[in-house]
Amino acid sequence: MLASRTDLPLERDALARFLPWLIAFMVYLAALALAGVLVLNAMVERWDRGIGGTLTVQMMPAKAGNDAKRIDTALALLRGTEGVLRAQPVDEARVLALLEPWLGGGGTTEDLPLPLLIDVELKPGASVDLEALATRLGKAVPGATVDDHRVWLDRLVSLIHMVEALAGIILLLIALACVGTVVFTTRTGLAIHHEAIEVLHLIGAKDAYVADQFAGRALSLGLRGGILGLVLAVPTLVGIGHLAREVEAGVLPDFNLTLLHWAALAVLPAAAAVIAMVTARFTVMRTLARMP
Amino acid sequence: MLGTRSRRIAVRGAEDGNVIRFENVGLRYGLGPEVLQDVSFSLGTGSFHFLVGPSGAGKSSLLKLMYLALKPSRGLISLFGRDIATTPRRDLPALRRQVGVVFQEFRLLRHLSAFDNVALPLRVAGVRESEIKKHVAELLAWVGLQNHMQARPPTLSGGQQQRVAIARAVIARPRLLLADEPTGNVDDRMAMRLVHLFEELNRLGTTVVIATHNTALVERLGQPILALDEGRLTIRVPNEERIAPSGPGLADADEYGLGLQPSSETAA
Repeated sequence: MLASRTDLPLERDALARFLPWLIAFMVYLAALALAGVLVLNAMVERWDRGIGGTLTVQMMPAKAGNDAKRIDTALALLRGTEGVLRAQPVDEARVLALLEPWLGGGGTTEDLPLPLLIDVELKPGASVDLEALATRLGKAVPGATVDDHRVWLDRLVSLIHMVEALAGIILLLIALACVGTVVFTTRTGLAIHHEAIEVLHLIGAKDAYVADQFAGRALSLGLRGGILGLVLAVPTLVGIGHLAREVEAGVLPDFNLTLLHWAALAVLPAAAAVIAMVTARFTVMRTLARMP
Repeated sequence: MLGTRSRRIAVRGAEDGNVIRFENVGLRYGLGPEVLQDVSFSLGTGSFHFLVGPSGAGKSSLLKLMYLALKPSRGLISLFGRDIATTPRRDLPALRRQVGVVFQEFRLLRHLSAFDNVALPLRVAGVRESEIKKHVAELLAWVGLQNHMQARPPTLSGGQQQRVAIARAVIARPRLLLADEPTGNVDDRMAMRLVHLFEELNRLGTTVVIATHNTALVERLGQPILALDEGRLTIRVPNEERIAPSGPGLADADEYGLGLQPSSETAA
């Protein structure tokens, strides 16, 4: 499809010399946006996997001081429920550790009633009727509630999906900017080489003969710029990953890009080059169609 | 010279034996006056004609219509038997490849060598590089440029550039050769050599039309003349009466391969 040699001095176009740099910049931004999408996607999956199979049973401490009995009753009920793999009370030290970021260290249990928590792990793939379980628990241990984290997770997931959509829009805008840039440089090239193109046209060159020369040039420049952009994006992404790990501290899960993610990012230069090639060809074909 | 792939592309037509036919063709640029008016003629296969006329008479415009650089404002143009107005655009390149053109201002690609300029018609026709190499070198040697094959046009003299332009026009052995002042920048000896090249092509069946101001050349060769004046075409045979479209001498014109069908009354 593409011309291996060119009759037009396209390599001398001053404007075309900027094309690789512009594409490099766009691929750089696209790599950041795509990496963001990939990391967020992986994050949602991990949270879904990690939280999806667990429940937390929560009870407020009773004034009568029979908490141990209430916990035993709840544990017995939970362990006897179909689909429950493990039910384990969360000890006071762990509850305190969980609350420490908000309440600070030191003995606060004297003044502050701490909730009684039971970690419940469900069997993989088990279907547990949470409403029925909550009703039975409420009857056996008044005040006990069941939290399957779904509401919290759903809100978080929808927020992340929104961010992903935003990143997708950014990618689309970058692609459009790439198309616009290539259209502009191609039209300029057509104007610069108008004389030569007319001669080719008059000696019987088909439009595709000329268009392929522009397309081949755009492919080469696009690939060059794309690779440059990706090379510049790699240290940035590694740096972001490093920073994310630094501030992780229980807020963010693992921010590492996997091998698959890097493979997806490696496709960007080729995608940019193909966009440039197709755009250039289309632009030339459309313009030449106006000739007699 | 080479019979290119374009010559093998089936071009329907020429059933009427005419390479090119104009019927009541008019041409105007934009909203301006008609630069060509009611031009009617047809050229048979293997005919040789000069196109003469004062500057501004419309010679270049007529040639542009003949090599399909322009569309007429009115009238019918038929090339190799195909009506240009109804021929799909995608079929026009195949027709253009059978028309060799020597442009007045040469229109060589300045960044390409003489060799690559001459090779262009073969390359656009998809001829193999090995064949291109052989035939282009042969033709450049014939026009005396064997030592300038890799020279770029700006480094060549006007006459040398003209010879490159002529070589480019004839390399694909066109069925119709149109030349706009092809001997304008060369000395008499080279002019005759180039004209002999045209005659040789003509003997092989190529229809040749040469636009020129060189009256000596026209008289020496004695070929029929298409004369343009203020956008109107008349046809003459050297040393004979002028052949008006509806006037006497039509039979003589036919003798020279000039199928003159200028108007309906003539045809009648």
